[in-house]
Amino acid sequence: MGIKVDLEKCIGCSLCVRACAQDAIKIVDKKAVIDTDKCNYCAACVEACKKFNAIEIEKEAGAAAAEAANYSHVGVFIEQRGGEIHGVSYEMLGEGRKLADALGEQLIAVVLGHNLNSKAEELVKFGADKVVYYDGPDLENFRDEIYAGLVSSFIDDQKPSIFLAGATAVGRSFIPKVAAKVYGGLTADCTKLEIDVDKKLLLGTRPAFGGNLMATIICPHHRPQMATVRHKVMKPAVKDDHRQGEVIVHKVAEGTVQERTNVIDIVKEVESTVNITEADIIVAGGRGMQKPENFEMLRELAEVLGGAVGASRAAVDSGWIPYSHQVGQTGKTVCPKLYIACGISGSVQHQAGMQSSDYIIAVNTDPDADIFQIANLGIVGNALEVVPALTESFRKALNK
Amino acid sequence: MNIVVCIKQVPGTTQVQINPETGTLVRDGVDAVVNPFDEYAIEEALRIKDRVGGTVKVISMGPPQAETALRSALAMGADEGYLVSDRAFAGSDTWATSYTLSRGIKSLGKVDLIICGKQAVDGDTAQVGPGVAEMLDIPFVAWVRKVEEISGSNIRVERLMEDGYEVIDMPLPSLITVVKEINEPRMASLKGKMRAKKAEIKQLTAADLNAEADNIGLKGSPTQVLRSFVPPKKSGGEKMTGDVADMVEKTVSTILDLNVIK
Ligand SMILES: Cc1cc2nc3c(=O)[nH]c(=O)nc-3n(C[C@H](O)[C@H](O)[C@H](O)COP(=O)(O)OP(=O)(O)OC[C@H]3O[C@@H](n4cnc5c(N)ncnc54)[C@H](O)[C@@H]3O)c2cc1C
Ligand SMILES: Nc1ncnc2c1ncn2[C@@H]1O[C@H](COP(=O)(O)O)[C@@H](O)[C@H]1O
Repeated sequence: MGIKVDLEKCIGCSLCVRACAQDAIKIVDKKAVIDTDKCNYCAACVEACKKFNAIEIEKEAGAAAAEAANYSHVGVFIEQRGGEIHGVSYEMLGEGRKLADALGEQLIAVVLGHNLNSKAEELVKFGADKVVYYDGPDLENFRDEIYAGLVSSFIDDQKPSIFLAGATAVGRSFIPKVAAKVYGGLTADCTKLEIDVDKKLLLGTRPAFGGNLMATIICPHHRPQMATVRHKVMKPAVKDDHRQGEVIVHKVAEGTVQERTNVIDIVKEVESTVNITEADIIVAGGRGMQKPENFEMLRELAEVLGGAVGASRAAVDSGWIPYSHQVGQTGKTVCPKLYIACGISGSVQHQAGMQSSDYIIAVNTDPDADIFQIANLGIVGNALEVVPALTESFRKALNK
Repeated sequence: MNIVVCIKQVPGTTQVQINPETGTLVRDGVDAVVNPFDEYAIEEALRIKDRVGGTVKVISMGPPQAETALRSALAMGADEGYLVSDRAFAGSDTWATSYTLSRGIKSLGKVDLIICGKQAVDGDTAQVGPGVAEMLDIPFVAWVRKVEEISGSNIRVERLMEDGYEVIDMPLPSLITVVKEINEPRMASLKGKMRAKKAEIKQLTAADLNAEADNIGLKGSPTQVLRSFVPPKKSGGEKMTGDVADMVEKTVSTILDLNVIK
């Protein structure tokens, strides 16, 4: 176990030295020397040395590797809230189907809920070869321990080699508990999944450092290889009424799975446009909107376009709009099809939350604002004029 | 009330930049800070202590220099700092980190409440909080935006969801992870800084924790980074200037062509 430099291949070019964020590599006598006291095995040097292929991280295959052979098939967690299947779950079925086909394996969906039989059966039409449905009154709403407990037993029973879930508030809350229980390797918030068919390995690629760095993570020996996947990145499964599959129902009697948390109240935020993580279109405003009343313009444009309103931290901190609308490193990460940034300078932290949007339009008076560096279309102009004019034109164009 | 806050030292985020020529992380002049979400965790612990009394211990797993992060927390008002540090922990992923931290917390004696940040801004995983809760087998609530009530035996919190929030009650000991909305972290006072400078940071090694060798560091970590790379930078497209009506017309037709309006 450890990190090794192949001295035959190393030419002492020091690319690895520059790549290392830990300051762990030095060139001694024209060869790279890695200080393992500082190294955190992030593999940045391995990547930097791609051309010479002189650095290798190796790991012992312990008992886990032998166990891995007993695992096969792709499992996906189906999230439901209030009896409705979450959009991300159809994306997991679509992506899971692709992975299963690449491996020549089955796709197994697990769903937890109450009185959802027809919805569970329908998952077959969305690509599942097998649906495992846990049905009980305790499963109606999300409960951390019950969900983690049952999904862990699902994994123990079915032994999937890959397990996917949406990177939602629910998924990112309890899936790490499942990983802790089953000793699976969990990659958070992936934006891309690939398969190494020969090694049967899942390659999960995800943003880190607020999107400034991408990392591809593997789980060589432990099973399952788990990943939470960001919403709206993968294509949802298409329904096929002719698909056939098996549905297994487990009845879960009330109070039979341990749960120490007690949900007293579930409050939906009143403003219907609040849920920016779900929106296909986001109209966002920053300090350049100048006062709270001007956010009304953004709401109007969002309404005509059928989108939601987002905001920079500066706008939130000024009290112009609640925190639930904040986009960025300390707010929400969004990837809508269209993001319109109005009076937002485009700080690194703001970009961290929106740079993966499909199409970005920026309105800013300052032609040198950073936001223009990532905008597909830039409007150098006063948002207080441009936004109402856009609303007006769309009203006409869309007959609204 | 014995409160433990888990804090991580991360690179000062605003400076995390990529050298455009080499495409690598710029580390010159990057100072290390307390993970921003963990500052909310420290603040909330201090507020709970103000309300019901008790002690606030901060614990961090990391290289020796992570001591600085612990001192920042002490300067804010935390009572004791613990550094979990050992060569054997290098290469830990979130599983091994959760395991190691849970062992560390166990070694601190009776604990009523553990507070973590929502996520660390370097890795952005948000997995260590729930992992620690699972390994300690205590109840857990993520994304806490408000502690409504806390007594000797129970805590009632609000959990931020995508579409609103939920009010949740659970017995202590338990673990919460907190979001930014929960509070406004205080600045360290001069007196706090002086005290923090002199305070002793207790060191915990693999041997102190009685940690299973198979579960720590690179060996105990199921996941492994295969490669890391700088994403292709989005380059700005057309930037329009001039007459508002013209720009608006062009924008409207561009948006209509995207076919995104339902
Ligand atoms: C640890 C940390 C975490 C952070 N997390 C976040 C986060 O999650 N999200 C976030 O957004 N920020 C975050 N920030 C803050 C971030 O650094 C910026 O301060 C913030 O994003 C700036 O918001 P802004 O663009 O609205 O304001 P400013 O930077 O002040 O920009 C205002 C812009 O409006 C333009 N403008 C002015 N008038 C007009 C007009 N009439 N029409 C059009 N344009 C106009 C100006 O040219 C300027 O570019 C964080 C900071 C730190 C240190
Ligand atoms: N090395 C560490 N030492 C102490 N606490 C940590 C460490 N890593 C993560 N945490 C805690 O777990 C939270 C989530 O981190 P992460 O899962 O890395 O995003 C952080 O906000 C910290 O509270």
